[in-house]
Amino acid sequence: MKKIYSRPASLRDISTHYCAGCGHGIVHRLIAEVVDELGIRERIIAVAPVGCAVIAYDYWDFDCSEAAHGRALAVATGIKRVRPENIVFTYQGDGDLAAIGTNETIHAANRGENLTVIFINNAVYGMTGGQMAPTTLAGQKTATTPKGRDVLREGWPLKISEMLAGLPGVKYLERTALYSPQEVIKTKRAITQAFKNQMDNVGFSLVEILSPCPTYWYMAPREALDWIRDVLVKEFPLGKIK
Amino acid sequence: MTGNEAIAEGAIQAGCKFYAGYPITPQNELIAYMARRLPEAGGIFIQAEAEVSAINMVFGAAAAGAAAMTSSSSPGISLKQEGISYIAGAELPAVIVNVMRGGPGLGNIWPAQSDYFQATRSGGHGDYHSIVLAPASVQESYDIMRLAFYLAEKYRIPVIILSDGMLGQMMEPVQFSSLSVHQSARKKTWVLTGCRGRRPNIVKSFYMQQGDLEKFNLLLQKKYGVIQQKEERCESLYLDEAEIILVAYGTMARIAKGTMVQLRAKGKKIGFIRPITLWPFPYNIFKKLNVSRKQLKILVIEMSYGQMLDDVKLSVNGKFPVEFLGRSGGGIPSEKEINDKIKSML
Repeated sequence: MKKIYSRPASLRDISTHYCAGCGHGIVHRLIAEVVDELGIRERIIAVAPVGCAVIAYDYWDFDCSEAAHGRALAVATGIKRVRPENIVFTYQGDGDLAAIGTNETIHAANRGENLTVIFINNAVYGMTGGQMAPTTLAGQKTATTPKGRDVLREGWPLKISEMLAGLPGVKYLERTALYSPQEVIKTKRAITQAFKNQMDNVGFSLVEILSPCPTYWYMAPREALDWIRDVLVKEFPLGKIK
Repeated sequence: MTGNEAIAEGAIQAGCKFYAGYPITPQNELIAYMARRLPEAGGIFIQAEAEVSAINMVFGAAAAGAAAMTSSSSPGISLKQEGISYIAGAELPAVIVNVMRGGPGLGNIWPAQSDYFQATRSGGHGDYHSIVLAPASVQESYDIMRLAFYLAEKYRIPVIILSDGMLGQMMEPVQFSSLSVHQSARKKTWVLTGCRGRRPNIVKSFYMQQGDLEKFNLLLQKKYGVIQQKEERCESLYLDEAEIILVAYGTMARIAKGTMVQLRAKGKKIGFIRPITLWPFPYNIFKKLNVSRKQLKILVIEMSYGQMLDDVKLSVNGKFPVEFLGRSGGGIPSEKEINDKIKSML
């Protein structure tokens, strides 16, 4: 019998700390598969965020650095400039990349750093208990918007990918989602492209992934996937942005 | 060259291969010198979008194995404290230059020494220390960079250079060293290079499991103990016969030393201690002072309202009277003010 599916070499065989139905596990695995398929496990250096994926380095079996909250792209800039032959990526949530780290994000992109960014947008802060994220939808209830996000008081959902699209240094931007196997396959394709771009010295590449957080959306895992498909994609349309 | 340029050239000759910084007065000559000279010397220069980004670029460069440095002045150094704490926690070598100016807040751009507490008492969050070095001349600003990079790498620790606006702007001749740069014998096995032929490396300061962080902190404390034992440095003069010992560092030490020379010419028994390492503070030079000398008094002089004063008092531990003269916010105690203070003590 031929084995056609197994754990990627870049993914460690340990149990997950993520909640049931969380999207992080899927994306961790997709990255590991892509790293294996591109044959870059011994060249890759990851920068893990602060947030639910803070211990991403416990799952991946390759070199990793931590970064202070929001600082992943500054840390990655330092690593990549010193070691241009390595493949360097950041893995960041919406709070990390689009709130406390907005400055680092915009300027690394504007310098056209030859980096790959995997941006997990789940419209909420997970690690700290479900507070409002920059990407929280209008009306969405969170720990810090108990009556729902009031755009006149808390602002609108921040579309950072669309903001980045205007920068000449940004070479590839795509928004994908995890709500169905088809969309997961598209996400893997986008991640592959973002890594290939770096290998070909193309420049700054970012994949924004709409990812479920059933715990702080107060939904069952299945419902959370449907909510991405029916609601979240209306604010954050899928497809290639640049 | 200026003190700021001497620090930059000293760093490059000490093997610095990565610099990220953000403009702020009075250290702008340093970043401009780095922009010009570091790429010529095979290094990487980045003007960061913010002080916070600069220190985190240094974190990344150090994690990737480069001798890395940033520089700023007081308000900018406050912004870097989070990053310095992470560098200490991840045990990365890095050099941070603070060309001190007046505070608090935006303060002004005149020289000051009011960041002593911030530099020597962690500055950022957590139980950590940086090694703190204080040059007192343009020549020493150049020389001390070799020591800074050497110690940073030897102990995998942030090293802070405390200069000030006076020392940074002042021009003096500098004799370049012909000595070759010390190369660490220890292989940097922890560096992120990609995991070819080895287990993956992880650079982090995060210890989630109960008890792990305490274990790690105890290891850090052990390292700090070794540094305190081995790395105290100071300059001292005429301690055995002195009736008053002046204690000052950096720019203030030059003025104090000048005053001492004049007073000694008039037959006054004045001694002098200049700490070069502010952390570890040179406690031992004070401990060695002979307790039976009832006459002895100590005068601490700072461009602050008494910060190093605390360390001197801890070192002296009540054995001798310790007096203080200080100004801050642009004022620098003059030779006349020091003379008047000494007269009042004799």
